[in-house]
Amino acid sequence: MATIYLKNVSRRYGQRSVLDGLTLTVNHGECFTLLGPSGCGKTVLLRLIAGFEQPTAGSIRIGDALVADASAHVPPDRRDLGVVFQEYAVWPHMSVFDNVGYPLKLAKTPKEERADRVMETIALVNLHSLEKRLPSELSGGQQQRVALARALVGKPSLMLLDEPLSNLDANLREEMRFEIKELQRKLNITVMYVTHDQEIALAISDRIAVMDTQGRIRQIGSPEDIFEKPVDSFVFSFMGVANFLQVRREGNEFFVGKGGQRAPWDRPHGDSLAWVAAFRPSDVVIRRDGNGLKGRVKRASFLGPVMDYLVEIDGAHLRTTVDTHTAVANNLMFDDDQPCVVGVREVHWFDADTIQSAGEAWA
Amino acid sequence: MSAPVRKKFFVGTAGIILFLSIAVLVVFVAFPVVLILFNAFWTKGAFNLVDVAAVLREPDTYQALLNSVFIAGGTTIGSTIIGTFFAWLVTRTDLPYKNFMKGMFLVPFMLPSFIGALAWKMLLSPRAGYINRLFMDYFGFDGPVFNIYSYYGIMAVEVMYLFPFVFIQVCGALERMDPTLEESARISGAGLFTITRRITIPLVLPSILSGALLIMLYSMAHFGTVAVLGIENGIFNIPTLIYERIHQSAGSFAAIRTGTVLATVLVVSAAFIIWLQGKVLGKGRYQIIAGKSFRPMELKLRGLRYPLLILCLAYIGFTIVLPTVVIFMVGGLKTYGLPFTMENLSLDNYKFILFDYKTTKDAIWNSVSLGLSAAVITMFAGVMISYVIVKMKVRGKGILEFLGMLPFSVPGSVIALGVILAWSGKFGVNLYNTVWIILVAYIARYMAFSLKANSAALEQVHDSLIEAARACGASMWQSLRDIVLPLVRPGMFAAFFLIFLPSLRELTVSIMLYAPTTRTIGVAIYTLNEDGETVMSAALAGIALVIIITGQTLITGLTGASVKAK
Repeated sequence: MATIYLKNVSRRYGQRSVLDGLTLTVNHGECFTLLGPSGCGKTVLLRLIAGFEQPTAGSIRIGDALVADASAHVPPDRRDLGVVFQEYAVWPHMSVFDNVGYPLKLAKTPKEERADRVMETIALVNLHSLEKRLPSELSGGQQQRVALARALVGKPSLMLLDEPLSNLDANLREEMRFEIKELQRKLNITVMYVTHDQEIALAISDRIAVMDTQGRIRQIGSPEDIFEKPVDSFVFSFMGVANFLQVRREGNEFFVGKGGQRAPWDRPHGDSLAWVAAFRPSDVVIRRDGNGLKGRVKRASFLGPVMDYLVEIDGAHLRTTVDTHTAVANNLMFDDDQPCVVGVREVHWFDADTIQSAGEAWA
Repeated sequence: MSAPVRKKFFVGTAGIILFLSIAVLVVFVAFPVVLILFNAFWTKGAFNLVDVAAVLREPDTYQALLNSVFIAGGTTIGSTIIGTFFAWLVTRTDLPYKNFMKGMFLVPFMLPSFIGALAWKMLLSPRAGYINRLFMDYFGFDGPVFNIYSYYGIMAVEVMYLFPFVFIQVCGALERMDPTLEESARISGAGLFTITRRITIPLVLPSILSGALLIMLYSMAHFGTVAVLGIENGIFNIPTLIYERIHQSAGSFAAIRTGTVLATVLVVSAAFIIWLQGKVLGKGRYQIIAGKSFRPMELKLRGLRYPLLILCLAYIGFTIVLPTVVIFMVGGLKTYGLPFTMENLSLDNYKFILFDYKTTKDAIWNSVSLGLSAAVITMFAGVMISYVIVKMKVRGKGILEFLGMLPFSVPGSVIALGVILAWSGKFGVNLYNTVWIILVAYIARYMAFSLKANSAALEQVHDSLIEAARACGASMWQSLRDIVLPLVRPGMFAAFFLIFLPSLRELTVSIMLYAPTTRTIGVAIYTLNEDGETVMSAALAGIALVIIITGQTLITGLTGASVKAK
C-alpha cells in the first residue's frame, strides 16, 4: 500500500522558506496532482517524497514506513518508487533495453526473467523493436517513454512524475497523458504528478492540490470541484484566464465599477464594501444591444478563429472572446470604441481584499 | 519497503567520499602550503613580521622581486599586444589561410619554453650564438646584434611561448561575439574606427584582460626561461632565486627562510591575480557574448592582405620553426660550435642518448613512469573531488571548495619547496632524494588540471541522471559506477593527457627535487646544458619534442575522432 502521509513538512534553504508546515495525504491507487505556478515548491515537495531532499521539519511516511523526519532519512533507493523527470534523465550511454532493465539488474532479477519483463514493459509503452537503440537515436517522446518504462519496470507501488510532458509537443503531450492515466489504472499504483499545466491536471487527476507561490496548498479536490467551486480567486484565476470585475456596495445595492449600473447577479455573502465578480471569458455573452451591462469595446483584436475584446464598463474592465464565424453571422464584429452590452452567465464572488493578497501571491 | 531508517548508511557513503577528498587535498596541497606560510612567518617560536621584512630587504631578494615584476610586466604587455593582434587577424579579416595560421599560433602551447630558451641561447648568445656569429663573421658587425642574456631577451622568449594564452581567449570572444552589436552601431552611422573603439574593444576587453592576467600569473612564477637565459648575467626572478638558494645551501635554515618568504610572495600574488581575473570575467562577459556561433563581419585587408600574410609567416618561421630546427641540428652536431655541414651532422647523439647514456635513459624512464603514475592517480582523485564539489550536497563542502581552489594558485616552485618541508622526515616520512617526492609534487601540481577537466565533464552530467539511478534502486556507489563514471570518461581521458604530456617536460618542480638517479627529462636537458654538454642537451630536447608532438597529435586525433563519432 502506498499511501503518502506528509505531516507539517517544512523545507528551507538558508533564510528562504519554500514549504512551511505542509500536511497532505495521498491515497493508495489515486492519481494525485500538485498544481501550481513555477517556483511554488511543488517540485521540492516531490523531491522530498522521493528522498532527494530532506525536510527541515515534519515527517513523511509512505505506507507503514517512516521515510523522513528531522533526524531520519531513508535514501531514495530504499523507498520503492519510480520517478520520471522533466528532463527524461535517460542514460545516454545505455541502450533502451539497458536503461529499462537497470532497476531489475540492481534488484538481481534472474537474467531470463529480466529480459521478459523488460520486453513486456517496453511493449507497454509502445516502444517495440526500439530496444537496441541508444537514446540519442530516439525522439523526445520516445525518450520520455523509456523514462516511463524504466520507472514502471520494477513494479513500484508509487510513481512520481515531475512535469514529464512539458518538453513534448502538443499532440504527443495529449497522447502521453492518456497513456499515463491508462497505465495508472491498469497497474493500480499511486501516482503523484507535478505540473503547472492546469489542462493536464484536469485531464489526468483523481484529485488536485493547487499550490500558491508561498508553497501553501490553497485547495484540494476533484478536478470538477477545483474548476467549478474554486475556494478563492487564486485558484479561480489559476484554472484559466479569469475576469475580475470590481463591484462596490452602497447600502444594500451593488454597483459595477465607478458607475451607476446595478450588478445583475446573486448577491455575495459578507459585509465588505469592495467586491470582485469573477468569471471566465467563456461565460461572457456580448451583444450590440438588449439587456445587460452597458459598456464599450475598448480594444478589438482579430486572432483568427476568435475575436478578442477588451470591454470597459464604468471604469472596470473585462475580456471576452467570440468565435469569428458567430461574430460575423450575428453582427458582432465590433470596432474600437463601439458601445456594447454584456451579460455574464455565472460569477464567483470574492472579497476585494483577498484578491489583493492573491494577486501578490501570484506575482 | 525497508522499514528501519538507515541514516548512517547514507551519510556514511557520502562521508567517506568527502573525507577522502578533503584528505587528498590537505595532504598533497594544503599541508605543504601551510608549512611554507608557517616557516615564513613563525620564527623562534613566535609570529614574526620583522624577519619577513628583513628577508625581503636583502639586496638579492629585493632585486629578484623587482625582476619578477619587471619581466612579468614586459612579457604580459608584449604577449597581449601580439596575441590580440593575431587573434583579430585570424578572426576578423580576410587573411589567406586563416585556419592554418590559427593552428600554427597555438603550437607554442605544446612546446616547453625552456627548450625554446635553449634554442635562442644557441642562436643569440652574445659570442657563440649562430645569428650573432653570422652578423659578426659575414656582415662585419663589431659586436652581437642582440644579447639574449638580458631582460629583453628573457621577455622576448617568454612572449613567444605565452602569447597563445591571450590569443586563444580573444579568438574565442571575437568568434562568439554577436555581430548584430557591431552592425547596429554601423547602422547608427558609426565608422569602423569608432565601432572598433566603442563597441568591439569594450566587448572583448574582459577576454583580453583575463588572458593577460593568466600570462602575468604564469610569468611571475616561471622558472625555465629565466634559469636558462638569466643566470649567465646574474638575472634572478623569484623561482630561480628559490632554486639557487635551496640548491646551493643544501637546505640550511637561512636558505629555507628566504625560500619560504619568496614563496609566500608568489602565493599571495598568484591568489591576487586569480581573484582579479574572477572579477574581470564576472563583469558581464556572458551577457554580451552569446553562446551561439555567428559569422562575424570580416574586414577586407585589400592591399595589406599579402604583406600581413608574409608578416604572419615570418613570425611563425622565426619563433616556431627556427628554434625547433636549431634544436634538432645542434642535437646532431659532433661538437657544439661546429658549422652545420653534412660531415658534422649525424644521428649518433640521438642513438647514444636513447640506448647507451645511462643519465638520459634513466631520465626518460623516470619521466614516463612519473608522468603515468601522476596522471592516473590525479585523474581518479580529481574525479572524486570534482564529484563532491559539483554534485554532492553535504555539509563541509565549503572547505573542499576552498581547498579545490588552492592548486590553481600555487606555482610549481612553491609546491616543490612545500613538498621538501613536508616530506623530508620532519613529519615521520622521508621521501627526500627518491622519485616518490617528485610524484607527490606532481600530484599537487597537476591537481588543478584534473579538477578543471573533471568538473567540466561532471557539469555536463545532469543531476537527474544520478537521481534517476537512485530512484531505480542504485546505492550511491552503484550510481557512481554505472552512471557517473561512464559518462565522465571523456573528462577523465582529457585529465589524463592534460597531466601526462606536460609532466614529460616538467622542469620547475623536478629541478628542486631531483637526486642523481631521479633526473627527469627536463632536469636532464637543463643540467646537461649547465654542464656544457650542449649537443647532448639539444639531442635530448629534440627527442622530448618528438615525444610531445607525437603525443599531442595522437590526442588531437583521438578527441577529434570521438567528437565526429558523436
